[in-house]
Amino acid sequence: MFAFILRRLLVAIPTLIVITALAFFMMKVAPGGPFDLERPMPEEIRQRLLAAYGLDLPVWQQYLDYMAGLVQGDFGPSLRFRDKDVAELIGEGLPVSLMIGALAMLLAVTLGTFLGSVAALRQNTSGDFAVMAFAMIGVSIPPLVMGPILALVLGVYLGLFPTGGLNFDRHGISVLVLPVITLALPQIAIIARLMRASMIEVIRSNYIRTARAKGLSAPAVIIRHALRSAILPLVSYLGPASAAVITGSLVIERVFQLPGMGAYFVDAALQRDYTLVMGVVVVYASLIIVLNLIADILYGVLNPRVKYD
Amino acid sequence: MSPKKILTSALLSVSVLALAACGGGAPSGDDTVVLYRGNNAEPLSLDPHKASGTWENNIIGDMFIGLFTESAEGEPVPGMAESWEVSEDGLTWTFTLREASWSDGEPVTAHDFVFAWQRIATPETGAQYVSLLFPIQGVEQASRGELDPTEIGVRALDDRTLEVSLVNPAPYLTGLLTHYTTFPMPRHVVEAVGDEWVRPENIEVNGAYQLVEWRTNDYVQLVRNERFFDNENVCIDEVYFYPTVDSSAAGRRVRNGELDLNMEFPGQQMDFLRREIPEYVRVHPFMGTIYYSLNTTLDQFADPNVRNALGMSLDRDFIANEILRAGQQPAYSLIPPGMSNYPGGVESEWRDTPVAERRVMARQLLEEAGFGPDNPLEFEFSYRATGDNPRIAPVVQRDWSEIADWVRPELIVNDTQIHYDNLRASAYEIGDGGWIADYNDPYNFLFLGEFRSVPMNYSRYNNPDYDALVEAANRELDLTLRGQMLAQAEQMLIDDMPIIPVVYYVSKALVSPRVTGYENNLVNIHRTRYMCFNDLEAAE
Repeated sequence: MFAFILRRLLVAIPTLIVITALAFFMMKVAPGGPFDLERPMPEEIRQRLLAAYGLDLPVWQQYLDYMAGLVQGDFGPSLRFRDKDVAELIGEGLPVSLMIGALAMLLAVTLGTFLGSVAALRQNTSGDFAVMAFAMIGVSIPPLVMGPILALVLGVYLGLFPTGGLNFDRHGISVLVLPVITLALPQIAIIARLMRASMIEVIRSNYIRTARAKGLSAPAVIIRHALRSAILPLVSYLGPASAAVITGSLVIERVFQLPGMGAYFVDAALQRDYTLVMGVVVVYASLIIVLNLIADILYGVLNPRVKYD
Repeated sequence: MSPKKILTSALLSVSVLALAACGGGAPSGDDTVVLYRGNNAEPLSLDPHKASGTWENNIIGDMFIGLFTESAEGEPVPGMAESWEVSEDGLTWTFTLREASWSDGEPVTAHDFVFAWQRIATPETGAQYVSLLFPIQGVEQASRGELDPTEIGVRALDDRTLEVSLVNPAPYLTGLLTHYTTFPMPRHVVEAVGDEWVRPENIEVNGAYQLVEWRTNDYVQLVRNERFFDNENVCIDEVYFYPTVDSSAAGRRVRNGELDLNMEFPGQQMDFLRREIPEYVRVHPFMGTIYYSLNTTLDQFADPNVRNALGMSLDRDFIANEILRAGQQPAYSLIPPGMSNYPGGVESEWRDTPVAERRVMARQLLEEAGFGPDNPLEFEFSYRATGDNPRIAPVVQRDWSEIADWVRPELIVNDTQIHYDNLRASAYEIGDGGWIADYNDPYNFLFLGEFRSVPMNYSRYNNPDYDALVEAANRELDLTLRGQMLAQAEQMLIDDMPIIPVVYYVSKALVSPRVTGYENNLVNIHRTRYMCFNDLEAAE
């Protein structure tokens, strides 16, 4: 197991190098630079700024300099946020994105598992149809549409929750409700469908019939025996799901005006804040690699047939 | 431990950790008066020498006060200046400063101004906005590294007397001195901590509010500066500035009472908002103009008649009333109405001719210039992918195509950065753009046509007569005469049409009816220190 984790982490290093190189050179190919603004600055000032950030050097040199800094844990200064550096910005944004993402995953997994199991156990009843209809809606309506609808209905018309920002002092944790629900909804839907399909298969299998025949109570059969197997496809979906939640947070953070890292990503790319884009890419890539690894390990823990060697 | 529990507790601990990381900041007391402002975008810097956006101005101008400052109505009124004298040639201004102190109790002196102005003129500061101070002796040369910044035309005669030498008489100086590039800096702090001086833990201010917290993409929080010279007339104790890039979302937050005001809303929501919350909607003329630049270095746009033909064919009323729909006025001149020190009255002679007739005239002009079925006029119209521009572009394309079927505009859309990179490098044919004045004076528009302003003069318009007239006007001391000369210059520009004015901007804001002291004004600057809530005022 330890060797497996070590091997996976070693493979992650070349992956990260390829990702950073691709991101770096693709960004440099895009025309325009961080100092080509709506309101132009004197040419002399522009040249000095370019020189100050080393942007007047050849691109390969810039890449080597950047990587040399990165190895030492230095993400460099932001080119656009002139009072802050990239590590500081990510330090502010990442916890927010992680919190929203983790809460959304938590909600998605618990509610999705529950709804999927209920639908499977009441297969072809009205309860099943209701869950599946809900799942279809969740999958079909993107967060970009769902977010504003929820904000308008639950926030503005019913006045239940704040519709944006993350001021805990002022609103308490109610600020999290709408963004977390919006982000979790598609995942609840997908997980519920996965869970239903897998549960239906499992409860028809022989060992469940054996457990029932032994005289175990229905809840015990489901919780101790069926759930454990039925949850396996779900666990292998956790990797892709966390990637989806991370990319989904780009939209959520814009719609609900949250100070997460996703908001940086799009803006920094559009505004050619090279160092900030690179920083976000490195963090996102590492995050996805690590989350996939965790999902794989978890799968092994749950499934005794899987051996890591 | 069951697998589900492991998963659950892992996720929970992550979120608890994250929650803990996000805490902090003491809750406000009950009687604290707090204003929540939607501020369009995230400030890129709060250092007055590194900022460049109006949203940064909103915050910086709440923290600092220059020699002059804006009244609630947007007019320049004395700030740190108590009195001032102007020499007969208009080139030397001597200011006497009021007695005031920084938020740490140190006095604000003339040396703090000298220090700040020398800092912004130093090329290493990287002040992208330094050009605003070019009317001051030596700043232009110093910013190019040709002059020592200590040699620029600003001197402290004593602690409370400041002498400023100008390149030419600048009747707009009082307006210019309200701009954040001219603010004083706490020299004792900047010298001690360098560029970090602007962080909440270091900053000292001379304005109404002190920076206490700045969470990126979340909010900037300011609290009352008890040492502000006019503190007794300030009502709001605390103000939060939220970056509200998505102005629809911000509109929901205003309606929900989470924000007291937001300084933008989408034009296409105008009818909806006027119906639903009419008492919130604020629309007012604003000193900015949307205009298209024609690249005059290209053969096909070298002829003023060709440029005029394209300019006259636009249906500006349609663009203003059907596309933008927020009360924008069609523009036939570069300078919007209502500008100070300016008689106005400049317009194209074809202004009152119906568009259909104008297009016939345009066709004639183009045919005389040699265009026709055998020599079609083909060009690219580049526009920015932001705001209302993508909705205007196809209308403009149709307007031009209707001149004749051999006029063939093609649309090119680009990200803002790329668009302006192209404009600056003259790598475009016709490009959209806009100009919002930094201070209330016609020269702040007309310099766009001066050849020395290249690359900001995107069309590379090169008319020595125009340049000479603008320069002569800037040397003129008689304000009325100066205004007439500038108007003559603008007429020259409009007749030659290197730029096509399209519409004048309006400012659009949603302001809760509770908020008082938010006066519609031409510069669209609304300082928090003038604001209050009507229920509080009624209670007094």
